Amino acid sequence: MLCIEAHGLRKAFGTTVAVDGINLRVEEGRILGLIGPNGAGKTTALNAILGLTPYQGELKVLGRDPWTEREQLMRDVCFIADIAVLPRWMRVWQALDYLAGVHPRFDRAKAEGFLAKTTIKRASKVRELSKGMVAQLHLALVMAIDARLLVLDEPTLGLDILYRKQFYDSLLNDYFDRSRTIVVTTHQVEEVQDVLTDLMFINRGRIVLNCSMEEFESRYLEVMVNPEQVAAARALKPIHERQVFGRSILLFDRVDRQQLAALGDVRTPSIADLFVAVLGNQSGTTQGAAR
Amino acid sequence: MNTSSNVMPESPQKSQVIVPAVIPATRRMYWSVRRELWEYRSIYIAPLAAAAVFLLAFLTGLTLSPAHRHEPLDIPYEFAAALIMGTAFIVGIFYSLDALYGERRDRSTLFWKSLPVSDLTTVLSKFTIPLIILPLLSFAIAVVTQFVMLLSSSAVLLGSGLSVGMLWARMSFFHMSLMLLYHILTVHGLWYAPIYGWLLLVSAWAPRAPFIWAFLPPFVIWGVEKIAFNTSHFLAMLQYRLTGPQPSNTAPGGTLMDMLSALTPVQFFSTPGLWIGLATAAIFLAAAARVRRYREPI
Repeated sequence: MLCIEAHGLRKAFGTTVAVDGINLRVEEGRILGLIGPNGAGKTTALNAILGLTPYQGELKVLGRDPWTEREQLMRDVCFIADIAVLPRWMRVWQALDYLAGVHPRFDRAKAEGFLAKTTIKRASKVRELSKGMVAQLHLALVMAIDARLLVLDEPTLGLDILYRKQFYDSLLNDYFDRSRTIVVTTHQVEEVQDVLTDLMFINRGRIVLNCSMEEFESRYLEVMVNPEQVAAARALKPIHERQVFGRSILLFDRVDRQQLAALGDVRTPSIADLFVAVLGNQSGTTQGAAR
Repeated sequence: MNTSSNVMPESPQKSQVIVPAVIPATRRMYWSVRRELWEYRSIYIAPLAAAAVFLLAFLTGLTLSPAHRHEPLDIPYEFAAALIMGTAFIVGIFYSLDALYGERRDRSTLFWKSLPVSDLTTVLSKFTIPLIILPLLSFAIAVVTQFVMLLSSSAVLLGSGLSVGMLWARMSFFHMSLMLLYHILTVHGLWYAPIYGWLLLVSAWAPRAPFIWAFLPPFVIWGVEKIAFNTSHFLAMLQYRLTGPQPSNTAPGGTLMDMLSALTPVQFFSTPGLWIGLATAAIFLAAAARVRRYREPI
């Protein structure tokens, strides 16, 4: 079943077009990474999906119109916005009480279990917690909700590396079960590379790349080319070329692995490198991987 | 955990029959109101502080100036009630102005909106605070304060060998409390409802400085009307809203509470101004709920 379906989704603020007619199909049970530069329209697209902003075009989330049916939709959807939005005056027990009071799918015992693994005290106010603890608290609350779609907008922004690692670990181990869907945006792409099942690049309000991770791994190959074979490698039309320690690293799209192996060391590129290649080409002269 | 929500009556007008919700609307409402009391603790701290200050002053006066002992009139009792109610009214104004503005300023609105609570439920729960919670709270505090005053006056009278019978005879404590409750629910709740509605609407809408947005437009309307037509209908309307309906059979010059309490329930509920005010409040609240849906964090 489709979790998110959009046709010609568009959102403009005055003359600035934030989301420029995107089409989107997200199946249930996927972990989609939405990657894009600042101001690419990621948050706007997510806000439309969450019913926080009106939009043009067609959009269905779990079969509902998010703008007109936000209240009902939020029984099945959870989100953590880009920066800490937990009210600073709230105490941990108040958050638990309140969610148990208003959310039909909130499992209080589960949340207490997650919190027991942290050092967060029940009587603490959110303002007394460190940034990492606030993220832990919010994740504990959200993971205790039996939702079908979880939206994370820069969930690990400003956290240190330990918390970031822990965040995705608990998400995968304690939450994701292949029937839920997760949409995540982040700038720390290297951290989500092994987490995602689907990848989407968005730039200037448009989708510039949309593929599954299997497709990503079979399509894109990176070769550290032997110096004497650079010319031969360039003849195969790489979509991007960069220099590291005096050696050329070329990124290819849909080029036979055997053929590339003859030119040097072949490996799967990082999402970050592909991102630079695709978006660099977008703004540059050539049009490569974008489709 | 929440026994009180279970005893709350089911609201018949909610469309719970159609929507298969596990959590009834009354329970969402109950927790939303509790949430407000957690966040805005001044709702009960301010009237309590006013009562404490008044009691301190009253007891000091009682022990220091024996001259007052023989005239424990109704005046300080009314004054105590007025002070506590006035405090609650001011708290209600500032609360209403901040209720939907503060959540946008600290971006917590994104958290609240991630939960299955509608904008209307949120707005109504915030409206409940000045409409019902603050009046009932200030009533309870005022009655306890007056009772403490009565007991301490009696103790002083007894201590000086005088009879307390006269004091208790003159003070019809139960009747006074009943009048106070009537006044506080009708005037501070129902009659002032459009004021709270307006403040909540401004709070939901204002890009910044909700206080100015709330109080400047009335001034502008008054000024424009005065200059353009040389009339003061708008000002008269505001005055009428603030002072409340006047009974036709009482002479002017009494205290505000005298006049208002002199209104019988039949008179009060047949005043067109009450119903016009409630309709206006409903419009303001519906608009506030709609504005909240569109507004993003500041």
